[in-house]
Amino acid sequence: MTEQVFDWMAAANKRAKGKRPSYFDAPESDRILSILMAVVGEVSVVRERMDTIERLLETKGSITRDDIESYTPDKQAAYERGMMIREYIYRVMRGPHQMVQEIENPDRPVEEISAELKEI
Amino acid sequence: MSNDNKLDVAPPYNAVAQHGVSPIASHDEIARFDFLANFNKFMSGPLGAGNKVAYDTRVLPKFRKEHNRDPKDRFEIRHAMNEDPFHRLWSALKRNSMEMRQQNGRAMTLRQIDELNAKARQFNEGRDTLELNPDIEIPPYQSAVDIHCMPGSYHGEESPGDISAGANYDCGIFATTAGGLGALNDGGGQALVEWIKAKRPGWQPRRILDVGCTTGHNIVPLALAFPDCEVIAIDTAAPILRFAHARAQSLGATNLKFIQANAEDLSRWDDGTFDWVQTTMFLHETSGKALPKILSECYRVLADDGLMLHLEQPEYSDEMPLFEQFQRDWDAFNNNEPFWSSMHSLDMKDEMVAAGFDRSELFETGVRAVVDREIFPEAPTDETEDHGRAAYWHAYGAWKNSEQMQEAAE
Repeated sequence: MTEQVFDWMAAANKRAKGKRPSYFDAPESDRILSILMAVVGEVSVVRERMDTIERLLETKGSITRDDIESYTPDKQAAYERGMMIREYIYRVMRGPHQMVQEIENPDRPVEEISAELKEI
Repeated sequence: MSNDNKLDVAPPYNAVAQHGVSPIASHDEIARFDFLANFNKFMSGPLGAGNKVAYDTRVLPKFRKEHNRDPKDRFEIRHAMNEDPFHRLWSALKRNSMEMRQQNGRAMTLRQIDELNAKARQFNEGRDTLELNPDIEIPPYQSAVDIHCMPGSYHGEESPGDISAGANYDCGIFATTAGGLGALNDGGGQALVEWIKAKRPGWQPRRILDVGCTTGHNIVPLALAFPDCEVIAIDTAAPILRFAHARAQSLGATNLKFIQANAEDLSRWDDGTFDWVQTTMFLHETSGKALPKILSECYRVLADDGLMLHLEQPEYSDEMPLFEQFQRDWDAFNNNEPFWSSMHSLDMKDEMVAAGFDRSELFETGVRAVVDREIFPEAPTDETEDHGRAAYWHAYGAWKNSEQMQEAAE
């Protein structure tokens, strides 16, 4: 670390020893989900940053990056931001969330219903 | 949340308290942990519920049809569930959240590693309360895989003498428990203090030994609660001890000494040295042969009238439904906890008897994290429990040859 620049982000990406389970039949599906989840996380980060900027601008006309870095939400703001993240998670996780509902109450194919409606 | 009109959201990472070797989080690093804390709540709550529904409505019926019987153990359930598309997706998402937690914690820590190492040195250099021993070998159960998918495990170093393993472990606990362990991740240790004050008021242990201490979360509160007590915490990993010692010193726990040692051999301490010997969420990170050795060494160094306490998740007894056992086993196979499954199928009471206790000396109790409920949530222990991470533990304890505590129990 003394002479060469320490590439901390590359080091942060070090993999954990221990074979990673395969969750899907195609290995690329596992990796595409990793990319997608990283994007889902980063969009949440951008939204939180926007929220910080909006809250700071409400109290003063211009702000610096230091203001953003040092912003600490009060209790009410913390709850509102938690709710914002929660809502966002429900929005992006609609598909898996609906899978649960589908397993609970499976539907018949609409084709079947279509055929029936023709007869009644 | 105390207000009934509010939905359950994770507290912000800003609520985490700073100690002397805390990484300073940037705005976006805070936001990453905020996302993960809430995402993990969603995973164990609304989405996690789908695992049981999938099992009841299609996985179990399919298994019965194919085998003409019910699954005989948690492993058969796991293999059947691993074929189910919903459970596969849930597991893949959960695994990613664990990996993201590691990446986020490591990025925050490693970005400022020089500053963190310098802070640690200020607390560590020249202090006789930190004793490292390079001759201690990392046991195979610590090096076979990187536990919790934590790259480098507890003993990994990015540069000689660094503390990144401890700093990363410490900062990310917030994300995986959604704040369930409180401002200093010490809700377990705080709970032990409350428990002992109620259980044995006025007791002043002379010496306490904490085995497998990692960052010292669960021993610092005890050291602070018993300032006249000589407290020793041991671990095999030097990086985590450097961090733990600096953290403890910065929090004022100066009666707490960290020693690099392997609990399978406590021969440096005479029989009956300690009045209290404990492990907290450690035994599941050992191995089949190491665990009994550790317990019998712990018994040997425990004095008469002393307390032995082991905090773990509950064991897989015959009374625990197989599906719950399967759920509790998720980390074993998906989050690099290779001894977790075997350890939880042990009967800890039998193990403690084998270590030397009389069966009548044993007790069990539940221990819930003690945290500031104005800010931090109570960890759910209903169907939305995040198995393996809930801030609620099962304590396997015993008082050694104690007439007083024996009478109290009766």
